[in-house]
Amino acid sequence: MPNIKVQVNSKEYTRDVEPRLLLSDFLRHELGLTGTHVGCEHGVCGACTVLLGGEAVRSCLMLAVQADGQELTTVEGLAGSDGTLHPIQAAFREAHGLQCGFCTPGILLTLVPFLREHPKPNEDDIRHALSGNLCRCTGYHNIVAAARLAAEKMTSSKSA
Amino acid sequence: MSTRQFGQRVLRTEDPRLLRGEALFIDDFSLPDMLHVAIVRSMHAHAKLLRVDVSGARAHPGVTAVYAADDLGALMKPGPVLVPPPPIPGSTFNARTQTPLAKGKLRFVGEPIAVIVASSRYVAEDAAELVVVDADPIDAVVDLDAALAPNAPLVHDDLPSNLAAHVAQRRGDYAKAREAAACVIQRRFRYDRGAAAAIENRGVIANWDARTNELTVWDTTQAPIPVRNALASSFGLSESQVRVIAPYIGGGFGPKIMFYPEELLIPWIAMQLGRPIKWIEDRSENFVGTTQEREQIHDAEIAVDKDGRILGIRDSFLHDTGAYDPYGLTVPINAQCTLLGPYEVPAYESEFTVVFTNKTIVTPVRGAGRQHGVFVMERLLDFAARELGLTAVEIRRRNYIPPNAFPYNYEILYQDMAPLTYDSGNYQPALEQAIKLIEFDRFVEDQPKLRAEGRHLGIGIVSYVEGTGIGPYEGARVRVDPNGSVTLATGVGTQGQGHFTSFAQIVADQLGLAPTDVRVVTGDTREMHWGTGTFASRGAVVAGSATHAAAQRVRDKVVRLASELFEAAPDDIVLDGGRAYVRGSPSRAISLGELAQKANPLRGAVRPGTEPGLEATSYFGPERGSTANGVHAMVVEVDPETANVRILRYVVAHDCGNVINPLIVEGQIHGGVALGIGNAFYEKLSYDGNGQLTSASFMDYLLPTALEVPPIETVHIETPSPLNPLGMKGVGEAGAIPVAAAFAQAVESALARPGFEILEIPLSPSRLYELLEAVPQEPRAR
Repeated sequence: MPNIKVQVNSKEYTRDVEPRLLLSDFLRHELGLTGTHVGCEHGVCGACTVLLGGEAVRSCLMLAVQADGQELTTVEGLAGSDGTLHPIQAAFREAHGLQCGFCTPGILLTLVPFLREHPKPNEDDIRHALSGNLCRCTGYHNIVAAARLAAEKMTSSKSA
Repeated sequence: MSTRQFGQRVLRTEDPRLLRGEALFIDDFSLPDMLHVAIVRSMHAHAKLLRVDVSGARAHPGVTAVYAADDLGALMKPGPVLVPPPPIPGSTFNARTQTPLAKGKLRFVGEPIAVIVASSRYVAEDAAELVVVDADPIDAVVDLDAALAPNAPLVHDDLPSNLAAHVAQRRGDYAKAREAAACVIQRRFRYDRGAAAAIENRGVIANWDARTNELTVWDTTQAPIPVRNALASSFGLSESQVRVIAPYIGGGFGPKIMFYPEELLIPWIAMQLGRPIKWIEDRSENFVGTTQEREQIHDAEIAVDKDGRILGIRDSFLHDTGAYDPYGLTVPINAQCTLLGPYEVPAYESEFTVVFTNKTIVTPVRGAGRQHGVFVMERLLDFAARELGLTAVEIRRRNYIPPNAFPYNYEILYQDMAPLTYDSGNYQPALEQAIKLIEFDRFVEDQPKLRAEGRHLGIGIVSYVEGTGIGPYEGARVRVDPNGSVTLATGVGTQGQGHFTSFAQIVADQLGLAPTDVRVVTGDTREMHWGTGTFASRGAVVAGSATHAAAQRVRDKVVRLASELFEAAPDDIVLDGGRAYVRGSPSRAISLGELAQKANPLRGAVRPGTEPGLEATSYFGPERGSTANGVHAMVVEVDPETANVRILRYVVAHDCGNVINPLIVEGQIHGGVALGIGNAFYEKLSYDGNGQLTSASFMDYLLPTALEVPPIETVHIETPSPLNPLGMKGVGEAGAIPVAAAFAQAVESALARPGFEILEIPLSPSRLYELLEAVPQEPRAR
């Protein structure tokens, strides 16, 4: 079995993995990082989105071996070590941007690079950015509001 | 005294755990020595099952066990009818339910045939490929009309036809109403629905502890207590030996209320093998193995007088139940009853025929048949209005049940087996608020101008009611611990509705706390062992009312004990911030925790009849459901070249009685509307003539995304229900119910072609294009 080394949420892991093991299953079942969720396993729903080298990827469409030597962030890596919510997470709570919360980790991680590159997005930009993530509970209304609020929070904290 | 929490936009207490990825969903649990399951499912919609050869799979490395029907022994019997049909005189109901694994015959694609248990899911799926299923295909029963033809193949060979049920209900004399009518509109409507498509699929984990003789099951169920009851009775265990836990659940929307073969098989296998067993459904299984909602075909007519007042309605419809009918008649009865809407209908004759087909089983999906009925009624009103030269708004205004007519009894039976009686309502304000918010009059003025510019904008505005908050009952237990923490346990499971917060608000109000001070436990049969489940928009109403009653009783205990300690009148005791004190003397306070300790003395004597602790359990069962209502309005723009439709504005004016938490209620409505938009224009379960689902992935079955769902504007109107102390009505399904009816009206309004009528749902750009091609080209703009 191939041996891989990855850095997830700033922690290093070395594991022997089957070549066919999905990255999503590796994160969830080998590393115990179950915050990354799996909704469709064919790359449509976006629930399994994680950051690979800072960019959003679908962990169900990648093999664990493809992540060898790379740096990943999962939802567990967003909040502070004391549990303080990341500004995007805080905005989702304030704007009621989640209901069952199952798709939420993927949406949060889609927004991290999006808001980094679009610090002042308009509604259209946000809706396009979110269009690869399915949510069945919220009708997206409050997710869009949460993304806007997160952008405001993050720009004002930067300018402060 | 602290602010009343009921009615406040309280932020959800469950969110931080969900946002940090800490909340545990079914697939997040892992037990030592756990084995994993893959299920071999039928590839045929209809076939004689000749032989299942599992020898290759059994011999595969890493496989612990393989089970086919012949290996199940006494477990191989048909499952329960979960919802017995209401006792409607003259009705027929042929109950046919699934055995845990198929034997002798295959009746739908996705029906479980064999179970593989292995060291990992990957290995289990490898072995599943080695199972040989020898089956002899039979013509599939797919089309509803054809299913009842004399020579149709039979889904169940022991029945004379594919008729699963027939029910007729009537009020008044429709024939007379028709004679008196100035206008009769008659149409055939086809209304199809789809998959619930919760983003989390189903799953079950079971662990049998042979040392304690206890079975623990984690299950993505909306109804943990009925699952516990069924498992105990199937395995000959006492209910206290079985604990079912519904953990965080990634969306329910109806199908997770069922009792599926997997929910019986996984615990049984855990007992057979003495090891924890996990099965997690994948998306392709979900499309065929999890229940859905599908088509009804209505032949309906409405008789109105010259002013557009409804004299009567006649409707006869076919309902597709799929291969089995374990959920009784809930979906077609909802369609039959909800058709009446907020309107006075003096004469109603409605009959339906439920048909077995070789497709996945139909059980409620958010709305549960109400969509079908609302579509028929709203379309009939639209066509009658057009015939009489009235606006869509005016014909509705003229037919609402007046506010002084409640309770309003329709004299037919509803799904809860009680007469269809609306508890309270005031329908006109929702219509007027929706008209105002969507600027209806301005739109009517602007429409011709936009038309002249070549833009095709249309408006739709429709009404609906929703029977919610039905019985039989739910329970709640509230307890103050000696450390001062307060815990509420209810039996209903939760799938994102915000129960942790709404129920905490109710408790907080009674005990003078903040909602964050109340720990809410839902869906664990060890914590609350009586109840039925989360369905029919009833959680807040029924479990919420039980919570209120239990919290009131704990409050009484706290106040009585504090009044004794302080030698003060009970009326003078104030509860605030987790402490009790005599009004005016907050400095001499005692904490709830200290009171809880005093309420549980370990030595000495108590007064006879004393109950220990600060704890109470209460139950609530309404005599019947409460009826919520609302109006949806939307503005669409249609591109006549491509037949694509964009929704530009969406307005919901709704009345679900007194609102516990407006933030959560709005969220429920947004999500419902999105599901309705999917149903109207994007989602379709396409079955081919062989009963194969050809849209069984998210590549083919299109859920609406953030680009298709517009911003949704909401207004709350609060007409309290007299049937529960807090005046609540349910809201869970409301948003999804009238969307397609509004969509159809709006698209017709945008195109305004004579002879162009929308009589079917779902549409799609291509289907709408076909419908447009079938009518003459539009006249020049007026």
